[in-house]
Order: sequence, then structure tokens, then C-alpha cells
Amino acid sequence: MIVVDGMMKVTNLHTGYHGKEVVRGISFTVDRGDFTCIIGANGCGKTTALKGILGLLPLSGGAVTVDGEYVAVAAGHRSGDDPVSAKERAKVFAYIPQVHAIPFPFIVSDVVLLGRTPHLKSSVAGVSKADMEAAYSAMEQMGIASIAREEYTALSGGQQQLVLIARALAQEPKILVMDEPTASLDFGNQQLVLSRMRDLSRRGMAVVMVTHDPHHALLCANKVLVMDDGKIIEEGSPEGTITTETLKRIYGAQVYVATVKLDSGDEVKSVIPLLRQMTAQGNRGGHGTTTPGNTSNRSVMKDN
Amino acid sequence: MLVSLLLGSYFAWPSQVVADVIEHFNGSALTDPKLDVALFNIRIPRVVIVVLVGMALSVAGASYQGMFKNPLVSPDILGASAGASFGACLAMLMNLGNAFIQSFAFIGGLIAVGLVMLINRVVRGDALLGLILGGILVGTLFSSGTSIIKLVADADDKLPAITFWLMGSFAGAENDDVLPLLIPMGIGFALVLCQSWNLNVMSFGEDEAKSLGLNTSLTRTLVIIGATLLTASSIAVAGIIGWIGLVVPHLTRALVGPNYVALLPTTMLTGAIFLLVVDNFARLVYSVEIPIGLLTSILGVPFFIVIYRRNLRGW
Repeated sequence: MIVVDGMMKVTNLHTGYHGKEVVRGISFTVDRGDFTCIIGANGCGKTTALKGILGLLPLSGGAVTVDGEYVAVAAGHRSGDDPVSAKERAKVFAYIPQVHAIPFPFIVSDVVLLGRTPHLKSSVAGVSKADMEAAYSAMEQMGIASIAREEYTALSGGQQQLVLIARALAQEPKILVMDEPTASLDFGNQQLVLSRMRDLSRRGMAVVMVTHDPHHALLCANKVLVMDDGKIIEEGSPEGTITTETLKRIYGAQVYVATVKLDSGDEVKSVIPLLRQMTAQGNRGGHGTTTPGNTSNRSVMKDN
Repeated sequence: MLVSLLLGSYFAWPSQVVADVIEHFNGSALTDPKLDVALFNIRIPRVVIVVLVGMALSVAGASYQGMFKNPLVSPDILGASAGASFGACLAMLMNLGNAFIQSFAFIGGLIAVGLVMLINRVVRGDALLGLILGGILVGTLFSSGTSIIKLVADADDKLPAITFWLMGSFAGAENDDVLPLLIPMGIGFALVLCQSWNLNVMSFGEDEAKSLGLNTSLTRTLVIIGATLLTASSIAVAGIIGWIGLVVPHLTRALVGPNYVALLPTTMLTGAIFLLVVDNFARLVYSVEIPIGLLTSILGVPFFIVIYRRNLRGW
């Protein structure tokens, strides 16, 4: 009998490729409505950890439970429980990848319908009316019902990402798992996708997202996991974890985390990248010249 | 299909054909015995085989294109045709009869693809890459084998037969060929068509397919077995017929879109029609029959360019 605190519990997870362990013992929990961001440098094991959780890589140690049920277990784990089948796992996790090219011009509603795959009685019989309705409601939630008949391959990157999120919603999962969902998107589309994701998490969906941009964690997350060299080195609120010191440590880069006061009076944190040999005062070019809002705005900057 | 029955060195009007078919099954006296022979011993089996092969190669090609996430893949990517060619050439070298040539070709195709799957199991890493690499390796191996056979084959007698066989033809189609073809093809069609939905899922790649709950290795295995049965039995009866498995799925995708649930059945239809039309050309254009493998390529290239131009955006 295990004590379950939190909906998803990752316990001492080890995984990697071909016997080479990349993730070496991470543990964390995710609750309903949690928006968890995982940040860390390239190669620190963020994506590998996600793949282990999703059952795409075999675990060399540890286990993942969701609502007390084992969804991924290392071979020989002492629980002795078998993890659920791929089909059952697909009803727990929906994976939203980076937008990528697909070879054929599927129409949007067909792509979203594929999210119903784990719910089909048989893939030969095809979709039922209920499946069609679930797909349509997912498209409406993402605001893409009007482009349902368009070709996925002809859409902008931001719209494509919304289609993939709608597909994930059609899966009716407990947890949405995303690997740098905004990596190839422009500024506006990043915000579009992030705001939709935050809406979903506010309605109770648990989200786990790997991101390269600390701002995304500041904007959306209520919990941040900082990974370095296959381990979680810090865990906590975005404000507590995203600091000049931590970012310098994990990225080995010159950054400055500032608190900026907006016109509205709200204070937000902002990560300012600096090139080496520059200081916060004496930079040239666009980097780090921080005038949020418009130029007349008086911004207050505090060191963190 | 019906038009094909009328055409041939012995031309018949539709009314004559209908009359003969009725007479044939009624057992009444035949008004035109020559037509009856032409119909029931030559044209009908040929048309049936052409239709089956057209459907089989297009379905195999379409399913591989989805599985490999690549619209430029054709049914012989896993070495099925190289293996089948080697098998057939071996049988011809050994002076075996037609039935042996066909079964050697069929078994050769299965062995080649079996080897590829074995290689894929031994090599770790990306499953699709392993299959493609294996296909190249095994294909090269069997093509070299075929070349060796050509080298040692009797240049007066066997070499022309081998060369002609490799170019593909339905000229030898007989009634007896139909039944043995139906069994592997029936299984092949059933296996692949049952995977229509899963092929849609596979088009998005391994990780996404898995996270949508698909047992990707099972789907892959079923598709490979099905497509190999289809390809190997097609090659066994008709020799190497290129381009169908590449061009017809594209043509069909331009018509009905890429959703495999609609694409595969439609591909069967368009593949059958395409190959029948080409076969009619092969039979009638010139007094000596042109090998159909050559014609599909010659007609396929301009055809492909037209489709490509009209459908530049996607496949």
C-alpha cells in the first residue's frame, strides 16, 4: 500500500538511453490544476524525464503513479505491480509535442479525432458519434472549430499547436505533458498558446511543461522544477526558483532577473539576458534595455 | 474492367461478350467458340489478375508511406522485390516450371523482408531507420544475387527469359494463377485495411503514436506482413511493376485526402483502374506486347509530374 499525496507521484525515477542513465533519481508530485514547469540547460535530462514518465523510455529505477495507479514502473520494481497498458496510459497522459512537419495534409478535424484513439472500442470500427462530439468540443475550447475543415499543414505554427492541444484534450487525459510546445513559435503565437494552456490549468487540468524560456514559467507555472545534470536541484514557486543565481548556475550564462513595475502597478519578474563582458548598466544593442510597456513608463528595478 | 474484356487481338462488341458469357454458363451451344476461349482462358483471368495486382501494389505503397512518414516510399523499400526477383531468377536458372517460378518469387520476397525485420531487431535505435537500412542492405544483397544469376545464365535462352520477367508482364496470366493469388492477397488486404486508423496515427511519428495509446510495434509488424504478402504475390505473378505503389497513392490522396480510412479503399479502386488502362496499352499499342513494368514507368513519370504540379502544397 502506498500513500498517495498528489495526483501524480514520480518517485526516484531513473531513465536514459541504451543503458546510459540521463535522469538519475527525480521525485516530484503534481496535483489537479497544477501548472508545473521543468527548466534546465540542454542535455540536463528534461525531455528524457518526460519520456520516462510517458512510458516512451523504459525506467531503470523508480515508478510513476497517477491516482495511486502505476503508469510507469522500472523492471524489477519492488511494488511488483505491472504498469497499465499503452492504451490506458493514453487516457492518463496526453503528450503535446513541438509543432513539427507531418508528411500528409490531414484536415484539422481528422487530426483532433486521432486523440480519440485510446477511447475507440476497435480501431477497425472507427469513431462513434460521441467521439466526434468530444473532438468538436475540444476544438471549440481551443477556438479552432472554424478551421476544422482546413488542412493542418497549411496552418500557421500557432494554429498547428492549438490543433495538437485540441487533440490532447480529445484524449480526455488527467495530465497534459508538453515538451517545449512554443519552441518554434513567434512571440504572439507563444502567448496565444500559453494563455490557452493557463486557462486549461485554471479549469483543473494538470499541466507539466518543459520549457527553455524562464518567462514561460513565470507567466504560467505555480510550481517550477529546476533540473541540472539529471537531477532536480531546486523546486518551488516560480518567484522563488527563477533567480539570477539559479539561472546563472544552470545555464552558465550572464542573466539578470529584475522585478518590473507595470503601469497598472503590478510587479512582474523579467529575465534579462546579457552577453558576457557586459554589465547590467552598460549594454549596447537590444539586449537588456529594459523599458517595459512604453518608454514613458517609470520602471522600478530591484535586484534579486 | 469491362472495356478490357472487349479489347484484344480478337475484338468483340459488348453484346457479343454478354451473349457469350450467358451461353458459357447456360451450357448452351456457343455462337462464337473462339471468343469464348479468348474470354475465359485469357482475358478474364488476366483482367482479374491485373485488378488484384493493381490494388495490391497501391495499397502496399500507401500503407508504407504512412508507416515510414514519407510520401516517397514504395512497396519495395524493404527488399520485397529484390528478394522476389532473386527467387524467380533462381527458379528460371534451375529450369523449373511456371508454378515454381511464382512460388520461388513469393518465398524470396518473404525471406528478404524477414531478414530485414531480423536486422532491425539486432540493431538498436530508431525502428524506422533500422528497417530502411535493413531494406537497403538486403535489397543490395539480393540484387547482387540476381546479377550473379544473370551472369551465369545461358545467354541464348535463360538470360532473355530472366530479363523479360524482370520487366514485368501479365502475358502469362492463366486461370490457374488466380486462386493461389487470392489467399495471400486476401490476408494481405485484410491485415492492411484493418490498420487504416492506426496508419493515420503512425503518420505523426513513433512517440506521438505511442502516447495516443497505439502499440506501434504491433501495428508496424501487421502492416509489414500484410504489405509484404501483397507485394510478394504481385511480383510472383507479374514480375517487377514499378511506380504503381508510388504514383497511385499520390493520385488518390489528391482525390480524397490523406485520411487512411478513406484512402486505402479508394487506392484499391484507382490502382486497379490505373493498371488496367496501362495493361490495355501494353496489349494493344504495338503488335508485340510491351512489358508492363516499362509502361508503368513511362506513363508514370509524366503522370507524376502532373500530379505534383497540381498538388504542390501537400501529398
